[in-house]
Amino acid sequence: MTDQEIIELVNSSLAEEFELELADMTAETTIYDDLGLDSLDTVDMVIVLEGAFSFKIREEEAIREIRTLGDIHAFVIGKKRQLEAGL
Amino acid sequence: MQIKRVVVTGMGAVSPFGRGVGLLMDSLDAGRSAVQSFPDLGDIGGLRSHVGAKVEGIDPKEIPRKFRRSMSDMSIFATLACYEALESAGLSLDDCTGPEMGVVIGSTIGSTQTTQDFFEDFLTDHSLERMKSTVFFKIMNHSCASNVAQALGIKGRILSPSSACSTGCQAIGYGFEMIALGKQQRMLCGGADEFHPLTVATFDVMHAASTRYNASPGCTPRPFDLDRDGVVCAEGSGIVLLESLESAQSRGAEILAEVIGFATVSDPSNIANPNADAMERCMRLALEDAGVDPGQIGYINAHATATEQGDIAESEAIARIFGNRTPVSSLKGHMGHTMAASGSLETVATIAMMRSGRLIPTLNLQRIDPSCAGILHVAKDHKVTIDLALKNNFAMGGVNSSLVLRRYKND
Repeated sequence: MTDQEIIELVNSSLAEEFELELADMTAETTIYDDLGLDSLDTVDMVIVLEGAFSFKIREEEAIREIRTLGDIHAFVIGKKRQLEAGL
Repeated sequence: MQIKRVVVTGMGAVSPFGRGVGLLMDSLDAGRSAVQSFPDLGDIGGLRSHVGAKVEGIDPKEIPRKFRRSMSDMSIFATLACYEALESAGLSLDDCTGPEMGVVIGSTIGSTQTTQDFFEDFLTDHSLERMKSTVFFKIMNHSCASNVAQALGIKGRILSPSSACSTGCQAIGYGFEMIALGKQQRMLCGGADEFHPLTVATFDVMHAASTRYNASPGCTPRPFDLDRDGVVCAEGSGIVLLESLESAQSRGAEILAEVIGFATVSDPSNIANPNADAMERCMRLALEDAGVDPGQIGYINAHATATEQGDIAESEAIARIFGNRTPVSSLKGHMGHTMAASGSLETVATIAMMRSGRLIPTLNLQRIDPSCAGILHVAKDHKVTIDLALKNNFAMGGVNSSLVLRRYKND
């Protein structure tokens, strides 16, 4: 997957789960203030991303630092590249 | 201890006919049936009843996602019915957030469909890694009350009675008692349930579900009829906004009815079988609570689900108290048995009948079972003035409940 394809899959997965408008989803969009998600939603966000990308990320410390959609994109791209490299 | 008069100032309904009290009453008045055949029920091994009445024509997205995410269908029904009850009472969501507002809403159990969905996934590999955070909030027994309270911002008392077919009636009764005691000024009260094949199966295994009308669903259920063959399961929610009379008067609210009596009793004679003695005891206690004589009751809205035993027991119990002088009808023929919602949905309809003065006859009652003939069944186009009505609900598990309702006359 290209970085753009990963970003699109992240956005479409979150848009479906949380009933978001794709047009409102930019890298700068904050998940708590702009999208109105809360702690329950972030639990489900992890499950949705795990399902979409077939990886396990629930125990990753970096998830706690995520604030924007751009943070999610970077995290998922990094995780995918890590897995592809066999790390 | 304070004893306050308690009135109904708002009503909401999500019924198998769709959304709204108006649609419910128009459908009942027109003698329509909401019962349909569901061929997928025929795919379930051993299930003989393939009929039901499901809610159609609602938009769950009226409820913001933040609140809807933890709701199964039953909580959606209850929340939409609460929206309508508030609107009809002239109250806004802002009016729900003070200490005077409470909520009493129950269901038979939590969402069976959610439980099924979870275990279908879980049993594939015994992994919990795909379990969403909101599963519990849909399957907990107080799902409807909690979800409504969250969606409306209610901060007062919260109670979730669970007594199957008596739930809605008990919810109104317990709300009535709390307001009468001065513990709350306003309470949204009622029941809700969602259709699931397991509910149908529960009645079918006990030979109490309708099985002979799968090809002609509009002909079943048939309360009090000689050719009745059992319950038709349904879903929905009925909600009433109860309020102390002084609260209603102080804000100039239109008063739709008054609740003046309630009784609920356990029937330990059998966990499944209805019992006329226990039903009679419940109705007499409700009349005593209301301080009225049987002869003053102008209409009885029966539980009458169209089971062989239940209809006979209720007819016998009513006949012992009221003879054959008080009109009786059941609304199960129109919309099936909405389970935990039935008490409150049928109370909503009973109040509407008291206001219109037009009694709705029992749909599909064509040949009265001689065993149910000792009471006065409502004839077609029965127009009367009803000052007092009795509402019955009798549940499996031996939970009986009765409400006494009064037409409010500015007194």
